[in-house]
This record gives sequence, C-alpha cells and structure tokens, in this order.
Amino acid sequence: MDTDINEEVALLRKTPLFENVELAKLKLLAFTSERLIFQPGQVVFKQGELGDAAYLILNGEARVTVEGPSGELELARVREQEIVGEIAILCDAPRIATIIAETELNTLRISKDLFLSLIEEFPKVAIQVIRELARRLQSSNLQLQSIKAKRTDG
Amino acid sequence: MIVGEKNFSVRLNYYMEPSIFKYVFRHSSKQQLFLVLVIIFYYPFLYISLELPKLIVNKAIENDDGGPPFGFNIFGFDIQSGLEQITFLVVLSVMYLGAVFINGGFKYYINVYKGRMGERLLRLLRYQLYNRILRFPLPQFRKVSQGELIPIITAEVEPLGGFIGTAFADPLFFGGQLVIIITFIVFQDPVLGVAAISLYPLQVYLIPRLQRKVNELAKARVLNVRRLSDHISESVSGIIEVHSHNASQYELAKFASRLARIYDIRYELFRRKFFIKFLNNFIDKLTPFFFFSIGGYLVIQGELTFGALVAVLAAYKELAAPWKELLSWYQQKEDIRIKYQQIVEQFDPPNITKPELILEVPPKIPNLQGDIVANVSLFDENGVFILKDTSLNIALNQHVAVLGNVESGKSELAMLLARLITPSHGKITIDGQDTALMPEAITGRRIAYAGPNGHLNSCSIHENLVYGLNHITTGSSVLDLHKTKKSSGAVKTHSSASPDCLFEPDWIDRSAAGVVGREELHARILEVLKEVQLDREVYKIGLHEKINPIHQSDIADKMIIARKVLHERLRSNANLAKSVELFDKDLYNLNATVGENLLFGTPLNHQFKAEGIAEQECVRAVLDDHGLTDVFLEIGKKVAETMIELFSDLPPEHEFFQSYSFISSEQLPNFEQLLARIARGNIIQEKDRVKLLSLPLQLAPARHRLGMITKEIQTQILSARHALLNDMPAELAGGVAFFEEERFNPEVSLQENILFGKLAHGFAAGEEQIGNAITEIIDELDLRGTVISVGLGSQVGVGGALLSGAQRQKISIGRCIIKNPDLLILDGASDTLDKKSQEEMIEKILLSRSGRGIIWVMNRPHRIDLFDHVVLMKNGSIARQGSPDSMVKYVKGEGW
Repeated sequence: MDTDINEEVALLRKTPLFENVELAKLKLLAFTSERLIFQPGQVVFKQGELGDAAYLILNGEARVTVEGPSGELELARVREQEIVGEIAILCDAPRIATIIAETELNTLRISKDLFLSLIEEFPKVAIQVIRELARRLQSSNLQLQSIKAKRTDG
Repeated sequence: MIVGEKNFSVRLNYYMEPSIFKYVFRHSSKQQLFLVLVIIFYYPFLYISLELPKLIVNKAIENDDGGPPFGFNIFGFDIQSGLEQITFLVVLSVMYLGAVFINGGFKYYINVYKGRMGERLLRLLRYQLYNRILRFPLPQFRKVSQGELIPIITAEVEPLGGFIGTAFADPLFFGGQLVIIITFIVFQDPVLGVAAISLYPLQVYLIPRLQRKVNELAKARVLNVRRLSDHISESVSGIIEVHSHNASQYELAKFASRLARIYDIRYELFRRKFFIKFLNNFIDKLTPFFFFSIGGYLVIQGELTFGALVAVLAAYKELAAPWKELLSWYQQKEDIRIKYQQIVEQFDPPNITKPELILEVPPKIPNLQGDIVANVSLFDENGVFILKDTSLNIALNQHVAVLGNVESGKSELAMLLARLITPSHGKITIDGQDTALMPEAITGRRIAYAGPNGHLNSCSIHENLVYGLNHITTGSSVLDLHKTKKSSGAVKTHSSASPDCLFEPDWIDRSAAGVVGREELHARILEVLKEVQLDREVYKIGLHEKINPIHQSDIADKMIIARKVLHERLRSNANLAKSVELFDKDLYNLNATVGENLLFGTPLNHQFKAEGIAEQECVRAVLDDHGLTDVFLEIGKKVAETMIELFSDLPPEHEFFQSYSFISSEQLPNFEQLLARIARGNIIQEKDRVKLLSLPLQLAPARHRLGMITKEIQTQILSARHALLNDMPAELAGGVAFFEEERFNPEVSLQENILFGKLAHGFAAGEEQIGNAITEIIDELDLRGTVISVGLGSQVGVGGALLSGAQRQKISIGRCIIKNPDLLILDGASDTLDKKSQEEMIEKILLSRSGRGIIWVMNRPHRIDLFDHVVLMKNGSIARQGSPDSMVKYVKGEGW
C-alpha cells in the first residue's frame, strides 16, 4: 500500500464536512488518522458496540444495516467522501447500525478525540456535522412518513 | 528430617534473653572467653611498652646508677646485660620498637576478632527476629506494621552488632589497662597514684545520673523513628488515598511534625551526651593539676626522680584514653541496652507460635482423613465475638460450600479450619487430633488456603505457582547458619553479591505435587492452569515475551520451525499474506522504519537507536557512498517542515506529540531555528546534520504516508543495506540483532519472531487474523505448552502488580491446587471473578477433586447444587446447614 497523505488531504478537501477546514489541520487529521482497508464482507463496526472512531470512506462501497425482527435490514449504502460512525462518538452511545464493506473499502479512521477536537476548534465543521445529521434526520422522517403512508394505504 | 535443621532449632530454642548481656553471653561465651584470654595475655606486653620509655630515660640516657654494668629490673627480675651504654640504649630502643609492634598486632587482632564476633551475633539476631515474625500469630499483624518491623531488623539492630563484640572485651580491656596503668603509677609513687584517681569516684557518681535522662531520650528517639518509618510505609501503601482525598498537605504536615519531634529529641540527646563528655574531660584535666603541683614539689624535694614524674605524666596521658573509652563504652552500653529491650519487646508478642510447630518437620507427613470437627469461639482483642459457639462436623473428603455475608464470620471460620488462626475457645480436630498441636509441616502441606487477596511474590508466574512445593528436598539445610559461618572468616565477595547462594539446594518437592521430574511437573502445571482458566492468558503472555536463544535454544529452534510453517501458509493464502510484510534481504519493507531497512535488524542498544544510528561513522560512510546523505538531509528537512506545520499550533503537552510526532514538543523550536539557519544559507553543522538525518531513519512509509521515500530511494537504501551486510563494521555487528531467516531474534517477542516481518498497516483485523494463524500453527506443532512455559517465566511485578486482580487470584488458587492438598479451602478466592468464570472454575475444580475435600467460601451462591454440603452463616454462627436441595430455599431467602 503505497499512499500519500497528500492524496488523502485532497480527498478530505472534497468531503463536504471538511471543505472549510484549513489545509494544515486537514494534514494533521490525515497524518494522525489510520488508513484502514476492509475486504468485501468485513465488518467495519457492529451495532451495539461502543464507538471510538468515525470512518471517512476514501473509496469503495459499504452497506448500512440494522438488526430487525426478521434479521438483517439494509438501511442505506455509503460511498466515497461519506463519513460513518460519527453519531456514536458524538453522543457516547453504542453504534446504532452495522457497516459492512461491500467492495474493498478504503477508509480513514478518525479517532474520537481527534474528531471532537476538530469540532471544538472549527465551528464550520460543527455546522457541517449538524447539517449532515439534520439531513439524515429529514430523510429518516421522510422514510417514516412513506412507511406510515404505506401502512394506512394497506 | 535434616539433622542440621533440628540441631539448629534445639540449639537456639528461639528464646530471646531479656538483656543484651545475657544474650551475648549465651551465644558467644566461648569466643568472649577466648578474647578475655587474649587480652590477659596482652597485658604484659602493654606493661613492658610502658616500662621501656622510663628505662631508656633513666638507665640508658641519664644513667642514674653511675656506670656499667647496664641492666634493668622487670617484673622483679634483675637482668644484667653487661653492655656498653650506647649498645644498651640501642638494645632498649629496639625492644621498645618491638613492643610497639606487638602492641599494635594485638590491638589489630582483638579488633578484628571483636568485629567478627559482632557480625556473627548480628546475623543470628536478625535471623531470630525474622524467625519471630514468621511465628507471630496473625492477629499480631493488625497491630504492628511492616513499616515498624523493617527498620528494626535492617537498621536498628545494626549498632548492636558493633556493641556485641565489645560487650565484655572493652570493659575488660580498658578496665584492665586502667588498672595496670594505675598500678604502674602507684608503684612509682603511692601518693601520685591516689592523686591520679582521686576524682574517679566523683565521675562514677555523676555520670550514671546524667545518663539516665539520656536513656529516656534514646528510648523516645527509637519510638519516634519507628513511627516515622511507619508513616512512610503507610503513605506508600495508601498513595492512592493520599491523592484521591487531596491529603498530601496533611501528610506532609504530619510528617514535618514528626521530624520536628525527632529533631528536638536528637538535639536534646546529643546536647546531654556532649555535656557528659565535657564534664568528664574537665575532670580529667583537673588531675594533671595535682601532678604538676604535688609531683613537681616531690621532685624538687628529691623524693621523686624526674624520670618517674615524666613516666607518671606519660602514664597518666595513657590513663586518659582508656578512661574515655570506658566512658563511651558505658554510654554505648546504655544506648544498646535500651535498643535491645525495645526490639525484644516488639518481637515478643503473647501467644507467639512455638518454634517447633513451624520449623520441625516430622519424618512422615500423614495424609489427613476422617472428619473435621470444629467447636470454636473466636473474639477479637476487645473481646467482641466474631464466631459464637460455632460447631461444624464434616467429612474431610466432602465438597462444602460456605455462604454468608461479610460480617458472618465465614472468612474467620475458613482461616480457623486452615489453622492460620487459633480459636479463642474450643478446638478443631481432624480425625480426633487437635489441629492446634499439628506442626505446620502437616497443616501447611495437607491443607491449602487461598484468601480473597492472594499475595504474589515478585518473581515469575512459575515460581509463584510452585511456591507451595518449596519444601527442602536435597542438599543441606539453609537454616544451618553454623555451616555458613565457617566460610565467613574471609568473606567471599560473591556471597554478598548473590543473596540466592543459600538457595542452591533444590527446594521444589515434586512428589508433593504427585509428579516426578521437571517434565511431569510442567505437565501438571498446564493442567492446573486449565482448571483455573489461566492457560490462555499465560499463553498470550508467553507470545509477547522475549527469550534468550542461547539459554533456551530448544524453544528458539521451535519458533523458527513455526516461522517456516507460517510463511508457507502465507504463500498459499493471499488474503492473509496481505496483512503482513515479511523481512526479505532483497526487498524494501514499507512497514519497517528506514533505519530498520538500512540495518536490516533491530538495534540492541541505545547506540543504534534513532539518533544514535546517524552518529555512527560506519553508517554515515555507507550513506555517503550510496548518495543517500544529501537525499536524507533533504527528506529530514521536509519531515521537520511538515512536523512544524502540523504540530506547532498544538499545546506542548498534547498527546499527539507522543503518539505521532517525530519531534518532541521541546525539540520543535530547535528544529525551527535549524531550518531558519539553513534557509539563511548557512552550512549545516555536524550536530544539525545528525538531527536531520535521524528524522528519515524513523520514517515507516506505510505508516506515516508522507510519500517521501520514493522507489528510487528505496533501491538506494537496499544497496546501502547490502553494502553494510557484506562488509559489516565490527561496531555495528555487535549492536544490531539482524533479521535472519534461520535465526531467532532475542530483541523481539516470540510472536514477532514467528512472524519475521511487520504487520502491514491499514489492514483491518490483520493483526487478529495473523494472531489466529499463529495460534493455529502453534497448536498444530504442539507448541502451546512451550509458549505457556515461556509465559510462566514472565515476572509478575511487585505483589503481582503486572497482572490483573483476577489473574492474581487465579494464580493463588492454582498454587493451592498444585500442592495436592487433602483439604482445599478457598476463602472468597474466586469472588473477584465474573459469574461465568466462577461457575466454570467451580465445575472444573470440583470435578478434578472428586473425593477430596473442598471448603469453598463464597459471597454469592454459585453452582451450590454441585456441592455435597452447604453451610449458611449469619452473625458469627452457622444459621443452617444441609444438602444443597434442602438449602436452596434458605439460600434464596437471603435475597442473593
């Protein structure tokens, strides 16, 4: 694996969450984060585990699943430039979903301390995180509404 | 069993004489007597050395007899020499010289003999005191702390050693000297003689009176110093409480007040001591006054020769010295007398265990069988009941569970049954025999007890596990101080250097564990580790241990085999192979540092670590040859720039410095200045070059991803490596453990040795997969036992601090099982384990000990259905007992 943090920094800059963060910080983020590759089928993290890191997907695809009453339930797919696992480290809660690599998944593992200190230091990162979470909440709401609508229809 | 041991205990009888003199006399009367004889033999020479100067002055020089023949009178013998005056003078002078030699020789011999005698008794005293600690009844340890006991045996007895040699010899020697000198003076002139000693009665009257107060102070000093050391030891063991309650100031203030108290006592003490000395000196100087006045008058009157006065004055000068010595001996004696008393008091608790119970080993140690019957009461020092008329009658081969809360007295009952404490009333019998009368050789070998906080010694896991097998089996008894004494005439340096030298005989009694030989013992230990669920943990510890391939070449060889098997597996399993990058002489390893790549090995000492490598001339020469110096300097600059860019905004204590930066927070400004110097176009100084060169050497491309070590540079490093390997400079050869496929690397753990490479960065679960693969291979090659044996050799730290609480308890339970006792008592020993492991452990141990007694005291009921008998304790007595079935509802009633 011959990679360069400069590539990672370039990728980080493209990520909406970090687009406003100054270059030196992104470099520090890249340098102090671990590059982790998951093989297809490998679990990035499991629902219910305690979280100590978030993962930025550099390339590849993964599926987000939860355990439903009738087994595994796929909620979404995540791809390049998306970040997963930040909720557990934001609210010190167990993981709310399981992430499984679909293809070979190239990630940057951002530790909890680093992520929190970034938010503290850069209000813009914080706003981006809020925006992302709000977006997800909205989509969940929409999903819920459509489910309800289907139920009442049925 | 061993004759020496028995003789020794009989000889000493472990009785502490109440006074130091009795003690000294009892243990060294022969030597003291010999010393007295030597001193008596010495007196004539002393007398001659005093007499000769007078002879020389009066007979040889002044010639007051008026011409030849020259002769003298000594001890009443008239000796006529028939010599000329000059020859006579020479003869007498030579005789004087001879007397001086003999005098000095005697003094030397006497001093050495005294010193040796003192050391011998000091050794004995220390041994006896330690012996007494081992015989203290357990409740005694609630009253005395180790903080008090340690300084007594180590420091307080030390001056006793100095005194013991002088106890009889000094008063005799100096007293005799005094008597001789006084006699001499009286012979010369009775009046002067009386004058010389006229003030002695005054001194003899005054000094003891003054000394009395000094003695009181000395007593107080000892007590206060003990309290001081107690305070220190309490702070050390309670350091967490000191910090968690912000009690540092309080402790410091308390300590300071203790110091002040000791200061006051010591100041007062030496003030008084010096006053006594002053008084004594003053009175001493009064006496010459009489010599000058009365003696001078007598000489003038012609009633005394001038030579006699000179001799008397000289003799009086001599008189002052022994008198002073006598006085200081007296003061020392008083001091030591008190110290000894205080020591003996501290070491003579009531109910001290009889020595024969602890030290004597019956020729045959019978197995315990039949019933264990207890009818006991136990109360504490204040007479409060802990156990009230507790009656228990169980067959020794039963499995008994004892339940109850902390206050129920269940732990005390367990300790009573293990004969660790003795009941206040009543007794415990096994097969009708009172256990209180059984020697520890029986109770300590046939009964095993593990409490809730098992103590581990600071040695290896193995040594802790076999601690209960330490019964002397071969060789001589270490208790035989008598024997070691012989060699101590001339102390061998090695005996003081290695305290283990007395440990030479093989202590491990394998037969007690039911095995023969080392191999079987090892197999048995593995079984026990499984029983206490420690096998996996010890295996893991073993994988991360280093070994010495010279001493343990068989293990090293096996690891090399495992390495080959792993490498084969990696070749056939591409997925697994991804997560490891093996060392290859001809390949650059991206997961290793540039330094490791260059040396192709692990540095053995500081010389070749990080900055050290860049200082080595041979390394620098190779870098120069391969055009790497400039490249590395350039990279070093870039790394430094990057580090400054990344880290200079962070607070210096930020954890990133430790975890990620190549440059410490203190060094960062230096590098900033360094870069500024280069930017100004200055030539790079040698010191700066080393600093810069050391940076790229710490880079591991795969981990740091700085992209600075290009393919081209890698090739250059490889050729530099080959140059180094082919033409190894001597200083490098000894400082690096090279990566050699056929060799074991002593600098890294077993696991890393099997791997022979670096875990590849960035592969999720790579470490786990490799770990699993290694474990698989180890099992296939049947090496688990070998790895565990390495793990068993790992050190547990002070009190087992390097292990977890649960691991410590497991070892302490395992230690009980290994010794194969007739009765195993686990007193809350498993309570720190989680429910699941506790239940598993109960199942395993009960199964392996079926038909052999167990008393399992627990806080909460676990698998009590497996036991034969269940005892429920409440408020210091047995509330109910019976079969598990009959007890279930009562146990449930307790709300567990």
